[in-house]
This record gives sequence, structure tokens and C-alpha cells, in this order.
Amino acid sequence: MFSAEQSCWFVRKVICWRAVASIAWAVLLLPPITAVFVLLSRFSLLHPIQSVSECLSFLTSASAIFSFILLCGVIIMVGFLNLEYYTVIPTIACSKIALLGQLLHPRQFVNSLAHCIMGIIVAWCCAIAIGGRYETIAYPCTPGDGADSSHQMCLNELHFILLLAGAFVGLSHSMLGVIYNMNYVPFLTVQQYKYLRFKGSLPSLVKCSATQALYSVRNYIVVYFFLGYIPKAWICKTLNLHLNSSVHPLDSIAGLLDLNLLYQLWVSAGFLLLTWHVTLLLFRIFVTEVYSFPVQSSFTEDAHQCLPKVITGKQPMILKFLALQDLALLSQHSPLRRSEVFSLSQPGGHPHNWNAISKECLSLLNDLTQRLIAYHDTVATNGRAKSLPTGSERKTSSETSSTEDLMSPRPTFLMKTPASVFARSIVGTSQSPLTAPFTSPDPDSPFASPALRRLTAPADPWFGTVQSPHVMRRLPKLWSTPTDSQVNGSPPASPSSVPSPKQEPSKPSLLAQFLQNRKEQVKHFLAKRVLIMYLFNKLPEASSQALFADSQAHIWALEGLTYLVQASFSEDQFGVVQTALPSILGCMLVLQEAVDRHFKLPHASSKPVRSASSLGDSTHKTLRFALRATLKTAIYRITTTFGSHLSAVQMSAEHRKRLQQFLENKE
Amino acid sequence: MCSLALFPAPLPAGQSTLCESNNELLSGGGSTEDRLKQESSPLSLYFPRESLKLHCRTESSSKAAFLDHSETLWMRSAAAWRDGGFTGLLDEITNSNTEVPKWMSVSSGFTLALIRWFSSFHGSLFPHLTMSSEDMLAEFSQVLNWSDCVVRAFAWHPHADKFALALLDDSIKIYNPKSATTPTLKHRLQKSVAAVQWKPLCASALAVACQNCLLVWHVDPCSLSTRPSSGCAQVLSQPGHSPITSISWSPSGSLLVSASPMDTAMMVWDVAAESCVPLQRVGGGGVTFLSWSPDGSHVLASTPSALFRVWETRMWTCERWPCVKGRCQSGCWSPDGSRLLFTVQGEAVIYALTFTDSPAGVPSCTSKGPQAASVVADLSETTFNTPGGDIIVGGEIQSLAWDSAGERLAVLLKGDPQEADRPAVIAVFKTRTNPVFELLPCGFVQGEAGAEARLIQFSPNFQHGALLTVCWSTGRITHVPFYFLSAGVPHFGLGGSPSLPRPQERPADFNQSLFTELAS
Repeated sequence: MFSAEQSCWFVRKVICWRAVASIAWAVLLLPPITAVFVLLSRFSLLHPIQSVSECLSFLTSASAIFSFILLCGVIIMVGFLNLEYYTVIPTIACSKIALLGQLLHPRQFVNSLAHCIMGIIVAWCCAIAIGGRYETIAYPCTPGDGADSSHQMCLNELHFILLLAGAFVGLSHSMLGVIYNMNYVPFLTVQQYKYLRFKGSLPSLVKCSATQALYSVRNYIVVYFFLGYIPKAWICKTLNLHLNSSVHPLDSIAGLLDLNLLYQLWVSAGFLLLTWHVTLLLFRIFVTEVYSFPVQSSFTEDAHQCLPKVITGKQPMILKFLALQDLALLSQHSPLRRSEVFSLSQPGGHPHNWNAISKECLSLLNDLTQRLIAYHDTVATNGRAKSLPTGSERKTSSETSSTEDLMSPRPTFLMKTPASVFARSIVGTSQSPLTAPFTSPDPDSPFASPALRRLTAPADPWFGTVQSPHVMRRLPKLWSTPTDSQVNGSPPASPSSVPSPKQEPSKPSLLAQFLQNRKEQVKHFLAKRVLIMYLFNKLPEASSQALFADSQAHIWALEGLTYLVQASFSEDQFGVVQTALPSILGCMLVLQEAVDRHFKLPHASSKPVRSASSLGDSTHKTLRFALRATLKTAIYRITTTFGSHLSAVQMSAEHRKRLQQFLENKE
Repeated sequence: MCSLALFPAPLPAGQSTLCESNNELLSGGGSTEDRLKQESSPLSLYFPRESLKLHCRTESSSKAAFLDHSETLWMRSAAAWRDGGFTGLLDEITNSNTEVPKWMSVSSGFTLALIRWFSSFHGSLFPHLTMSSEDMLAEFSQVLNWSDCVVRAFAWHPHADKFALALLDDSIKIYNPKSATTPTLKHRLQKSVAAVQWKPLCASALAVACQNCLLVWHVDPCSLSTRPSSGCAQVLSQPGHSPITSISWSPSGSLLVSASPMDTAMMVWDVAAESCVPLQRVGGGGVTFLSWSPDGSHVLASTPSALFRVWETRMWTCERWPCVKGRCQSGCWSPDGSRLLFTVQGEAVIYALTFTDSPAGVPSCTSKGPQAASVVADLSETTFNTPGGDIIVGGEIQSLAWDSAGERLAVLLKGDPQEADRPAVIAVFKTRTNPVFELLPCGFVQGEAGAEARLIQFSPNFQHGALLTVCWSTGRITHVPFYFLSAGVPHFGLGGSPSLPRPQERPADFNQSLFTELAS
């Protein structure tokens, strides 16, 4: 499934096996879950013992084993989709239209379709398991119903409604997955063994599956009540079945008020969601397990697997994240591996390990600082006449292609989303479909994230030629001018109204001016329409979330760096850390300033609403708070360790003043 | 083993301990100049009980002040469901048997009886579950006689010279000798504060364990405001996790653990992200007291049953330590995190557990702990003959405190509330952790006449030795300095270090009866 140059050794050797192990465990857990489901669906209060014995006899029957094999296939497929679609950096939609774009993205469409089909398969297995009147899709119409009914088959609507329910729940699961970022794999701050972690989260998983099944079934019933006749007519026509007029049609109030039917729908939907959620949970647990990279290897052929090499690589994001996690843990817990970091190379005596690690961590932090400063500048100058920004400052915000404007309601600032940190790699090498599934969709697709397209901009032939003064001046006030009544109106869908940047690289022609005016007019016109406003309005704090979407990496970099610096106070024999101390402190203080400034912006410090119960992890929404707290703690860690020795460190007066605040515990 | 018989006799009534200097405790006879000297120190505080505005009634009693209003059964049921949950609903249905069908009231009455029978069965397994939350807090708090104590919780900041204290009226005050403002923290949810603790490696964050939730205040040290708004507080709550009796920050400042006797799970909070990971272990029926070792590698978690756990914090696995007699009442860690001292309810001894580091680099599943705890001090009742008559000291232990240099250990003895002449007493030991663990008697710390110690804590950054802060039953807070040169830390002739001689070794006949690791 991976071509030779795309597959990294880590993906081949570790991630794939972890995914396989998680799928295997999910398949192993399937029999008990299925048994519980069969028991729940077949149990009758009036004949408890009889129903239990019926369940047992069913579980050993041939049809049960066949449907069980089908279920196993579904689980394997779900596991494969998890592996294909997971991401360690959440994709955060900044407006409703961006979310819509994500939902309608071809990749996501394939995912939804697959879930839909799998939902039907699971529902068919459920129908077999429930048995009784749900078992078959057709039954011979009773004689006397029609004139020539003896050979006619009638549609069993109960079976049909169950199948459709499976499709609906599968679809809604896939859609909700996008909205709640369910493909995002969160890393926990508390390390636990896999079994204990699974056991700990199982009760909440069951609860969340049951609740979500309830909501899905409610929505499904509403949809079926209004639109159920369409698929019903279609299937009757396709399979040449008849509708039995002696039984109630189910898309009526009387037909849907069948308590047994509702119960079976709920239990089936709960079973479906539970098996899928278990697969997802196991996948997350296995993939985020700590991987211990060797700090240095005595064999040169293993050198590319060592921490200093791996941490600087960009390609599989998961590899970088696991490497940073390992760095944070080793710097905290293992003195032996720390000593390897502080060691000098054998011939030459250079601290290569420390240099590589500290350089990478600092570049990560600097990237974040740059991103924050750029964002702040954009927001601060919004709607105000500002002198022309220099080209170097804004070179990556050189997007004026029509699709960009059309799709991006966000302010266009430099390095909008975290993927930019990894721009080098994305530009340089081809992307692996596995590791960056959502963060790097096809850049040419109309629904691709604008930020990503911006990343690929350097590869664009227009790159660097589009910095017309008009375009640049227009940029800051395009979307969120306060006087514009918060309307982030969009240009019209007609590409002709957008000046093509190619046409006017340096001097705006009369035509361009005209087009510009027309564009403004259309924008104003559209801004008055409620639906457009609704779709293009920026979601509050979403841009702030997007800015910090990959901050887990920065948190680990900060932790790893400062724990190493702290340990160096007593463990660093050769003083390799001391040379980097001024730059580390400077970098952290600059970042601290940028973060402080960012949190003064509106919406930046407002807490997200805590979602009650959904499997979609919401930790990505609070990453900026975690980063702020970690940063402060990190600086304090250095100041409390070194104390007054820090006065000997070379730094600017401004930084010294700031550091003095920390030394006096006044931050 | 060290016992109380080796201690110097307690002071006669009216004398109070001022400090330790030259290896002996100095006392001030109740003369006014001594007292003035002690009170002139800016951090000595006095909170007379009368000055606090107390809640004279509980909130549920306000119900009686309103007229009874007849509502429909639906409304009442909904209200009962909201107030009392499922049992409240059943109770309401059973009581209004005139309005509901007979079968319904009978069946709900039956269900209610069944639930009560079952919960009484559960309660007999874990008797603490039947207590009210106030009683529970008083029972499991580290403060002696918590419900009647003016100062309910106290915490020194780990790095700066400031402290926070929670008062009986549910307010928290922050004192800083360098600043004139004393911020007072009040919050709607801040009730029955059982513990406060400052976040390490942070100047501003203060965690507060309340009755129903956990509050984390962010008090800007540079702010001049005396009443920070409740917007400065983060509320962390989890259903079923209340009342919270104990909290502990990790020494690296990244995580916070909280414990409730009602919840078998211990919560590990990532405070900034407001997310928590429950660590569930059913045995013991709850968690009452938590203490994170100073090196961050272990957490002591005691339960209401005769069982406590020691968690290692890398992979969060735990060791079970069943006690013979009662639950683990208190515990403290040596500064290097290698030794845990703990006390058990119903016994007047201090136990020690030694943890050796697992071989570095080897990812060990569990820490290689000791096999059994050893008794290091016996604090059973001892009679001292003093000129003023016989004084009996000793008995059960309320709490332990170890200073950050590992040189002084303060033990708060419960005394006997029934007998007037046996008040709570603080016994202080000199300790040494290197090369062998030793406990030597130092003396008793006593307050002014009529004052009983309620709460003890060492200041974590006192330059000249150790500084013990004591909250007394009268509402007074005093600080008792112990001046000594730390044996473990090398001194570079700094101007601030005291010119006191190193503690001399005791005579040989004295030494053999003391606890050392080699002897036992």
C-alpha cells in the first residue's frame, strides 16, 4: 500500500504493526460484544431461561458464524480506515463553509461511503441476530391479500428499516467524526499501560456509544418518517417486491411507535457504534504508545533510527511526535539516556546529539513565535491603513488565486496553520498518504485547506510574483473588518470577477481596477445575505485553536529542552548545554512575550465549551492553554535550578529584565 | 528506635517555644517582651474567632422559611429528581401516595427499601460512605479537629516567601511579607476548604480542594487588587468526585492529583487543559490522603480502609500496602524521595519505607519497593516528672511534616480531647538521611497557655535551617525557626548563614537506643 519512497522505516516497522495489533485485539473483543448484543436483543422478561438457551443455540448456528465473519471483515475495514485517516494534528475549520468543505472533500466522501456500506452490513448481521420478524427482507404475501398473491413476495419493512438505520448511523458516525475531529489521535499526559488505559476508558466508551446511538436513532426516525417512502419505493421496484397493505406502513406515527422496533434499533446502533469505537480506541492506544528511540547507535546503518536524526525529520508526523514524546520522557526519567545526550562524539569530541536535539527544539519554538507574531500583526493592523508590508515578511501569504479567496474566509496571514512548520518537507518530498491524510489533501482540489495550498505555494509557478501592492494592501482588511459589521463576505463564485494575479504582477491596469470595484460590490451584496453571512462568519476562537493545533509538539520540545537543561546542572560533564543556554532562554522569553500578547486578543483566552460525551477528543481545543502553562513552568524550571548563576548568562537588557521577573517569582 | 522517653521534658504551662538555637529549644516564659518579639514578626498572624463572619445555618434549612406551596405531582417529581436524584424521585412518589396509582407508590416504596438495604450493606463494608461530607472532611483532614478550627488549611509557596491560608468562613487569604496587599479569595463554590497547595514552578496558581469541586486560582503576584474576581479561578469538577479531602501537585508542576473518600478513582488533572484521567482501584473504597514525593517519582495514596497505595508516576502502576490496624493517617517523604514515613490510625508509631531507584535506563514495570515497613519511632504515652507535676505526652499521631532539607521532622500528636491536661503536642525530631537514616529527639514545641496545635507545616525555603509554621486553636499562627547548619548542603561561607556550631553527637549511652538503620 505504500510506494517505496513514501514508506518510512518507522511506518513499515512500527505503525503498521501497531495498527495490526490493535485490529487483532478489536477482532478478539468482537465475540463477547456480539454475545452481549445477542443476549440484549433476544432477551425476553417473560421467558428468561428459554431466551438465554435460544441465544446459545443461535450463537452456534451456521448463520451466526457467517455473520460473525462478516462483522470481523467490517472491523478489519474500520481499522484500516482508522490507519488511513488518522492525524496527529487536528484540522480545525475556521468557518462553517470550511467545515462544509471538509465534509464534502472527496477523501471524506470515500470514508463516508465506506462507513455507510459497512453500516448496512452490520445492520444485516444484526437483523440475523435479532431473528424473528426482522430476519428476511421479503416474505410471501399472505393469501387473500391480493388477487394472485400466492407467488408474490412482500417487502419486510422491519428488516428494511434496520438496514437503512445501519447506513444512516454509519454515515452520521463518519460525519460527526469530521466535526469532532475523531480522526485526531491525542497524546495523553499521563502514561499508562495499554490494558489499564483501555480498561479505564471502557465505561465512558460504552456510555458514549449508547448516548450517541440514541441520538442517531432519534434523528434517523425523523428522517425516515418524512423521507422513508423514497428508498422504500425504490427497493420495491428493484427487487420486484410488493407492499403488504395489511400491515401498517412504518413511515407513519403509528408504525414508528413500535417500542420493540425502537429498542432493537437502539441496541443495534449501539452495538455498531461500540464495535467501531472500540476499534478506534484500541488504535489510538496502540499508536500513541511510547516508542523508545536509541539516542545513539554504534552501527552507522542504524543511525537514521536514532533520536537526533528522527527528531529533525519531518515526514511522517507521527514519527516526529513520538520522537518528541520520547525526548520529553527521557529528559525527565532516565539519567542514563540523558548522559548519552550530553556525551561527545568519539572522534572529534563534538556534542552532536545535544546540538541536533536543541537545534530542532529551538527551531520548533521559533516557528511558533514567528507564527504568533505574524498572526498578531495581521489582526492588529486589521482595517487600518498600514504601510506596505515587506515582501519577505509575507511571502507565504501570497495567495490571491481565485479559489483561495473563494474558499478561505479567514484572514490571510503568514503561516496560518501549524502544517506550515513542516512546509519544508511537504514541499520537498512527496507526501505519504498515510501520515498526513487530512492535513495534506490534494492541493489542487477545491476543498483543500487554504493553508495547505499556501504551503505548497513555493512550488507554484506564480510564487513570488504576486505581491502587487493592491493585493497586499487589501489583505489585512479582507475578511474581518469591524466596520464591515463583522461580515466576512466572500467574493462571488464567478472567477472572472477576481483579478488573476498573473495578469497584473506589477502595475494595476484599468481593467483590474474595474474588476476590483465589481468585486467589492458583489462582496457587499453578498454580505447582506444571511445564509452567506452564516457560512462565512469566522467561528470565534477557531483561528486561535488552529494556530496552536500542533502545540503538543511544542509542549514536548519545551519540556524536553528544559528538563535536559535542569539535569545539565548536575549531570553535564562537558558543559555542552551551557553554550546553548543563552539562545534557549532568549527563545523561550520571546515566545513567552508572543504568547502573552496573543492571549490579550479577543476570544483567545475564552475557554471552549466542554463537550459532554463524545469520543472526539477535545484536548486540541485547550492546547494553547497547556502551552502557555508549560512555557511558564519551563522558564521557572530553569530559573529555580540556576538561580543567581543566570546573571552570568549573556542576554539583552530586555530579556534580563523579563528574566528578573521570573527570578523574583513575579510572573 | 526513638521513643518519647528520650525527649527533654515539656515546658511548664505558660511557657512557649521560641526557636531552636545551639542545638536546644529556647523558650520564652510568658513575659510580654518575648511575646512582643514574636508577634512583631510580620508573618505572625492572629485570627480571633469572633472576627470571622460565619455561616450560621446550612443552606438546606432555608427551605423552612418559605410557605409550603402545592404543586402538581409532575413539578414535584421533577424537582425531586433535580434535588435528590433517583432516590429523591422515588421518595417523592412514595410520599404522595394519594395522587399516584397504588401500584406505583408501592413499587417505588419497595425499590427505595431495596436501594437503602443495598446501600446500608455497602456502607457496612465501607463505613465512611454513610458519613456526611462535613464529617468526612473532618475525619480525613490532616488538620486536627478540622470542623472547629479557625485556620482550615495552610500552604507555603514552594519558591517565594508567601503563604495562603483558608479560614473557617471559607475565604482564603494570601500573605506576602514584601507586599502590602493581602488578597482575599472568595468564590461561590469555595466551601469547606480541606486543603490548599501552590503550584510548583509557578508564581500564581493555587489549587483549593473544596466540598464539591477543585478550584485553581490564578492570583497575579503583581496585582494590587485585594479581591480577585472569581473569573481568576478555574473550576475543575468531575461527577462523583466530592468531597475532595486531599490534593497534591507534581513537583514538576505539570499535574495535579485529587482524592475523595467517596470516589474509588484518584483523578490526575492536566489543569491547563482541564482534562483528567481517573486512576481507578476499587479496593479501599476511596482515597483520603495524597502526597507526592519531592523527586516526583512516587505518590502516596491512602484509603479509608486499612490499606494504602504507593503509585509510581512514570507508568502509573501502584503497590498495595495493607496495614494491620487502621488506615494510613498521614505520611511524608524525604527530600530525595527515597524514604516514606507514615503513621497508622490507632497506633502510636512511625513507620518507614525505603524505595531504592530501579537501575537507570531499564524500563521497570514497578518500582522495586521494600518488602515491609520498619518502625522508626515509638510515640506511645510517656510520663514526664516535672516540678509542676507529672505530664503525660504521646498517643496517636495526626500528621507528619518533614522540612525540605530533611533535617527536622515534626509530629503532631493528637492528645486526648476528653482530658484537659493532655492537649495536642508537637514533637520534633532531628533526622539525618545520609549515610544512614537516623532519628534523634529534639524537643516539644508548645504554644501559649490554652493553645493547642492544629496544623503544622515547614516552610520550604528558609535559609538558616528549618521554619515550622504552627496554626493554633486560638486562631494564632506562629513560626518557630530551627537554626542549624544543614549537614547535607555544602556552605560557601555566605554572609547569611548562621554562625552556630554543628549539632554535636550525643553521648554514646544515648546513642544506642536511638533508631538507626544499621541497628534495626
